[in-house]
Amino acid sequence: MTLPSRRSALPGFSLTLGITVVWLSLIVLLPLTLLALRPWTLGLEGVWHSVTEPRVLAALRLSFGIAALAAAVNMPLGLLVAWVMVRYRFPLRNLADSLIDMPLALPTAVAGIALTALFAPRGWIGALLLPLGIRVAYTPLGIFVALVFVGLPFMVRTLEPVIMDMPRDAEEAAATLGATRRQTLLRVVLPALTPALLAGFGAAFGRGIGEYGSVIFIAGNMPMVSEIAPLLILIRLEQLNYAGAAALALVMLLASFAVFLGLNVLRARLRSRA
Amino acid sequence: MTTSAAQETAGTRVMLILLTAALLIVLLVLPLVVVLAEAFRKGIPAALATLSDPDSLTAIRLTLIVAAISVPLNTVFGVSAAWCISRFRFPGRGALVTLIELPFSVSPVISGLVWVLLFGINGWLGSFLDKAGVQIIFALPGLILATVFVTFPFVARTLIPLMQEQDASEEEAAITLGATGWQTFSRVTLPNIRWGLIYGVLLCNARAMGEFGAVAVVSGHIRGQTMTMPLQVEALFNDYDWVGAFTMAGLLALLALATLAVKAALEWRIGRRGGMH
Repeated sequence: MTLPSRRSALPGFSLTLGITVVWLSLIVLLPLTLLALRPWTLGLEGVWHSVTEPRVLAALRLSFGIAALAAAVNMPLGLLVAWVMVRYRFPLRNLADSLIDMPLALPTAVAGIALTALFAPRGWIGALLLPLGIRVAYTPLGIFVALVFVGLPFMVRTLEPVIMDMPRDAEEAAATLGATRRQTLLRVVLPALTPALLAGFGAAFGRGIGEYGSVIFIAGNMPMVSEIAPLLILIRLEQLNYAGAAALALVMLLASFAVFLGLNVLRARLRSRA
Repeated sequence: MTTSAAQETAGTRVMLILLTAALLIVLLVLPLVVVLAEAFRKGIPAALATLSDPDSLTAIRLTLIVAAISVPLNTVFGVSAAWCISRFRFPGRGALVTLIELPFSVSPVISGLVWVLLFGINGWLGSFLDKAGVQIIFALPGLILATVFVTFPFVARTLIPLMQEQDASEEEAAITLGATGWQTFSRVTLPNIRWGLIYGVLLCNARAMGEFGAVAVVSGHIRGQTMTMPLQVEALFNDYDWVGAFTMAGLLALLALATLAVKAALEWRIGRRGGMH
């Protein structure tokens, strides 16, 4: 390694860089590298079979599909909350603002059993929905509800700083030029927020794909119907099928990296056009 | 003066605020309320009695032990990372920052899986450890490793931007005046970053105590031995012991609420706002 071009005459460079690189390697890089190597003990064909079993494909479709759906629904919900928090003043606003991080502060197992209790057929919300023929708990709809809960803060926290920094003159100019409020919002505000909406979507989606604790209690976990991919990893581990578990994990990691890469490219394009 | 068409009408504003309030109450407040309602369904004494169960006490103690080991490890790492990244320029610095955040984009289950692949009975080192009589998976070391992985970025990602904003000139002056590196850090740097440091440690601790997926993979669910509080919540819930499950969950919910309250106070102090993640 080349000598560092020091920004300062401060000591401790080798020591702190040493600690950082060693800890990062031992805790993150080495285990993840070994994870990426493990599936290939099955051989190329074995890996292919392992990740294209119907049950695996159903689980991947479910995890990615519902995570995408929940992240998409969080776009309007998050936009509403972020807009109201930044632009309006109302009683208990600070309390509401702190509450938004609740899904991230609350341990996922607690969120999981709480949502299950609420949406179970005899729960406070579940009992209201049952006469309408809507069953949430123990169905894929339950997974959706849990992922909306978990994803909301990602969307709100991504949008808030952007709304805060948005110059209001553009909105006023549009209004002065005779645009209605609706036109201003659709043609001026929404385009300015699109990159942030996509970033929020990516963050919520990424969290949703791998989410386990808040989903597992409400999902029902029926193979082919409501069984999420992370659960299938656990099941394979319990069967001591380490290579199969690693293969599925690798597919999930690669797919979520691909999604992030795609979203980043999209955002960069939108930004350069703006 | 803002023109009327540059903002929503008063009626629209009230409607949007009410809509937001309804959403936050249904999605965020009701789950908290239901935890308390279920815990106290048979009265407060019945709820408290479930906490004196030996398995529950073991779970509480284990959670405290895991956090007491994982959080300091990641704090030392986080401070080191922030020091070398914010005070020096070197090739690969940007990549280092990205790699530090990597665990945030890994599923909790995969964060546990990597350790089973390494130390489990069929893992790379499994037979070697078995012969040596060392147990990592289904034991305390595995719980700690999984927790360290998921809480890895918290302190570093709080301190790096904070220290990058601060000028290094005070530290350089201390060194020029003959202070040792350690004196400079403890007397100059530490007072400047202390609120940010507490903030990072707070978030790290909340996640360490509440982690479920990663520890579920490495725990083996041995009652009274390898069950942390969140795992005990799951076990009680699956036993249909709802009062027990929701009482334990209530304790964890209190931890979350306390974390949010301290976080809000610290954000006011360090003039920073943001999500927990």
